Amino acid sequence: MSSEPILELKHVYSGYGSIKALRNVSLKVYPGEIVAIIGANGAGKSTTLMTICGIVPLEKGDVIYNGSSIKRIAPEKLPTLGLCQVPEGRRIFPRLTVEENLILGAFYRDDKPEIKRDIDHVYSLFPVLGERSRQQGGTLSGGEQQMLAIGRALMTKPKVLLLDEPSLGLAPIIIHQIFDIIADINKNQGTTILLVEQNANLALQAAARGYVLETGEITLEDKASSLLHNPEIRKAYLGE
Amino acid sequence: MDSFIQQLINGITLGGIYALIALGYTMVYGVIQLINFAHGEFFAAGGYVGVIFLSFFAGLGYMETHPVLCLTASFILAMMYCAYLAIGVEKIAYKPLRKEARLAVLLSALGVSIFLSNGLMLTQGVYVKAYPSELFQGGLNFGMITISYLQILIVSLTAALLVALNLLVFKTKIGMAMRATAQDKTMSALVAIGSNNIISLTFGIGAALAAVAGIMMGLYYGSVNYDMGFVPGIKAFSAAVLGGIGNITGAMLGGLIIGMVEIFGAGYISGEYKDVFAFIILIGVLYFKPTGIMGENIDDTRV
Repeated sequence: MSSEPILELKHVYSGYGSIKALRNVSLKVYPGEIVAIIGANGAGKSTTLMTICGIVPLEKGDVIYNGSSIKRIAPEKLPTLGLCQVPEGRRIFPRLTVEENLILGAFYRDDKPEIKRDIDHVYSLFPVLGERSRQQGGTLSGGEQQMLAIGRALMTKPKVLLLDEPSLGLAPIIIHQIFDIIADINKNQGTTILLVEQNANLALQAAARGYVLETGEITLEDKASSLLHNPEIRKAYLGE
Repeated sequence: MDSFIQQLINGITLGGIYALIALGYTMVYGVIQLINFAHGEFFAAGGYVGVIFLSFFAGLGYMETHPVLCLTASFILAMMYCAYLAIGVEKIAYKPLRKEARLAVLLSALGVSIFLSNGLMLTQGVYVKAYPSELFQGGLNFGMITISYLQILIVSLTAALLVALNLLVFKTKIGMAMRATAQDKTMSALVAIGSNNIISLTFGIGAALAAVAGIMMGLYYGSVNYDMGFVPGIKAFSAAVLGGIGNITGAMLGGLIIGMVEIFGAGYISGEYKDVFAFIILIGVLYFKPTGIMGENIDDTRV
């Protein structure tokens, strides 16, 4: 890792009011990497991503993106800087059509021909979205909604993509399809990915490095392959 | 039969005015789930800005020479004034309370309504202000039926605004962003849509439409007074609820229905009760179908 991290959390404390969801969380993501954060339900994984995006208030520490602090930047400015999140539960706009959802991913952009090209690119990644482009988002299946949420995020032209539980509630075959696309986005578009997953096995197979989050604190940091073979991790998160 | 058609025409005219006001209630509710009780005051303010400028132009003699230009200018000035007034009200009185319980901002809206109404009284006086009367004399006669030129203006301008609003909300990117903000503000922020801008825009558009309605009302009834916002405001709110609060098409439909019912009720039942019909409808809707005509689900049908 010769280069500087593109995203770094420095001793971050955050949470709502008196509830401290994160305590002293530090992590680094280097350009081009896939990094996984694994941990149990309620460990603070989603809060970590929401804190990076400025939705959950940061109380102490700092978030550095692309060399400068983003803790005072409004959440809606971050996608314009290339930092975009696909939140847990996908949160597509249910009463907008598939195509409208994608167009809104490009809300801040005004390069019309290129937006059109990017929409076609999303349809080539996820052909089912192309077939359903005029359907309301809410009528899609869970897997299709996850595809739409990722597609919408790609429309923001992210340098760093934050993915929160992309496997949640999906059938194994769909999960594999989605993780193939995630790997493809990382490899072919050079998009850096920070992935949060309860499904540790899946996440650590996709990622190069991983962090383990327990009750709001990072307890372990290692190469993903080492974490996969770490007996403690296998016992706690991989069901052995 | 003639009288029925005449009533129908009058009902459409009044209904269109209510529809324009109702849109402001429903759009604001759609985006921030607030019943903006101050909305009727934007309507009144529009009526006043209209009469002030029309009288001013009349005093200069321009009304005789350039009536269309004067009227257009008055409409545009009133729309701009009310749009900025509404945006200011939202920033000062509603935005700081956005994270509080919903009742807090509702009470703030009631307070703003009283404040604006009294402000109008103090600055413009308690007596009615007459609209320049030489406007739109006459009309088209078909036997016993008369369609005044003013009615033609009101109905066609209303129709044009409704079409324009529909295009804006359903066909443009900014309209998509409004609907997205109504559905999920956090997610909207995650795709770079600033909800503050969208909320301001919503208040501005709603108040501009109310301003147009205010001038129409002034022209139609010949005068304005400082508390003119109250009753039409509540009737338009009833219209928005009838159509399904948060639903734009519903507000247009609800406005037309309330206008018709008022005119027909006054014509065939009793003129004394003309204000009662809208409230009977409001109570009936809240009792039997609180989601209104176009509303499917209270939590699920927004802009």
